[in-house]
Amino acid sequence: MKIKTLKTRNMQESLKDGGCGECQTSCQSACKTSVANQPCEN
Amino acid sequence: MIHQFSLNGYHITLDVGSGSVHVTDQVSAEAIRLMETLPAEQALEQLKRHCNGADVTELTLRETLRQIEQMKEEGVLYVPDPSLEKNSSVQKSSQIVKALCLHVAHTCNLTCSYCFAAQGKYQGEHALMPFSVGKQALDFLVAHSGSRYNLEVDFFGGEPLMNWEVVKQLVAYGRELEKIHHKHFRFTLTTNGVLLNDEIMDFCNKEMHNVVLSLDGRKEVHDRFRLDPMGRGSYDKVVPKFQRFVEKRQGKGYYIRGTYTHHNPDFFQDILHMADLGFTELSMEPVVAPEGDPAALTDEDMPIVWEQYELLAKELIKRHREGNPLTFYHYMLDLENGPCLHKRIAGCGCGTEYMAVTPWGALYPCHQFVGDQDASLGDVYQGIKNTELQKDFEQCTLFSHPECADCWAKYFCSGGCAANNFHASGTLNGVYRRGCDLFHKRMECALMVQAAIADENEG
Repeated sequence: MKIKTLKTRNMQESLKDGGCGECQTSCQSACKTSVANQPCEN
Repeated sequence: MIHQFSLNGYHITLDVGSGSVHVTDQVSAEAIRLMETLPAEQALEQLKRHCNGADVTELTLRETLRQIEQMKEEGVLYVPDPSLEKNSSVQKSSQIVKALCLHVAHTCNLTCSYCFAAQGKYQGEHALMPFSVGKQALDFLVAHSGSRYNLEVDFFGGEPLMNWEVVKQLVAYGRELEKIHHKHFRFTLTTNGVLLNDEIMDFCNKEMHNVVLSLDGRKEVHDRFRLDPMGRGSYDKVVPKFQRFVEKRQGKGYYIRGTYTHHNPDFFQDILHMADLGFTELSMEPVVAPEGDPAALTDEDMPIVWEQYELLAKELIKRHREGNPLTFYHYMLDLENGPCLHKRIAGCGCGTEYMAVTPWGALYPCHQFVGDQDASLGDVYQGIKNTELQKDFEQCTLFSHPECADCWAKYFCSGGCAANNFHASGTLNGVYRRGCDLFHKRMECALMVQAAIADENEG
């Protein structure tokens, strides 16, 4: 039996330290047609 | 809410409320499913029936259930949906602008019939953006950027290299503005490659944060649509230029960006071809076309498309294992350092912090709304004039899409592309159902790739 949890940024916590708006606009980066791919830049 | 799926031998549970990803065996996955709604003792009884005949002791099952309860206490499982609290602190603002898509050329030297820009003209006239309009656009961006440091400008078209001198002048002007206003411009360029030469490559390698290079894959696929005005394919002309460009970039950002259509739903072969040409940073997108268009994907194409995404995920894992990795844009998931909840709720920012500028200086919510006169927001000289429309975009968040409320992928897609939603449903708050299906498939594959890479790193 196994349960392995991958290390992830906690979304609830990110409400407190996020929102700076410095990350790249998702649609500018590659496909221009169709937000998860953008790393945080705060 | 949890979402569970099995792919390529991995059993994965996504805890939607926290964003946590759990990789389990099949019995543990069933235990997690049962414990979401049942008390532990009832879950145990059902789990024992589920394991009937399997070599699993009751003690082991109880330990698994205890681990699941502990995960719940730690806030990584069964976390309440943050959107239920409506997060009133998370709001989009129309006061800040941080990104512009500059349509420096409403003209093109190719005649791709599937192009959403209608061969670069956007249902209008051929035009090149004068430097004066671009300069005003950069001034508008800086003036409305508030405290934002990173500003983005994508040179787009049509084909932006058909207005190359203005592109260079605008980059130089942007660099002047950086010093005066303490800002950082990230310039990017999207090109079909026809006019690329060493001078352009060297300039881009110095100044462009990222370049997007249009290549559809195999020669016969690329040359089906990407024709010059004489009807000749462009593959033989652009591939050597792209190879030289990427080699000269020496690791700086680029994407080879292809479009797949009804004619090549087996697009995995095109991605392999791109890799064979030496390209490693890849993006392959479904065509944007109305139903009934000869290029549009059909229901019959979709099983083939789903298979391609799975084949691609397995290929990425294989190449990662061999130390020869490929990047596929939609499988890039930075679980540890991904976007904050603010961003996941606000979405791409089109119509508020991100807008497109036509060669005449008109402002549109994004590049896919250009050409729709009803979608004009104003211009770079007088600013936003259609405040009612901008308010619609300001209020268009993840919460404004009723159909997204129960979707497991909503914090990864943020309600999807506003332009696709609008063109498919007639409203900003509708959804583009095929886009949802594609996104779900890509996300499951992306999460599976993450699970496999975590396995590799441990092993």
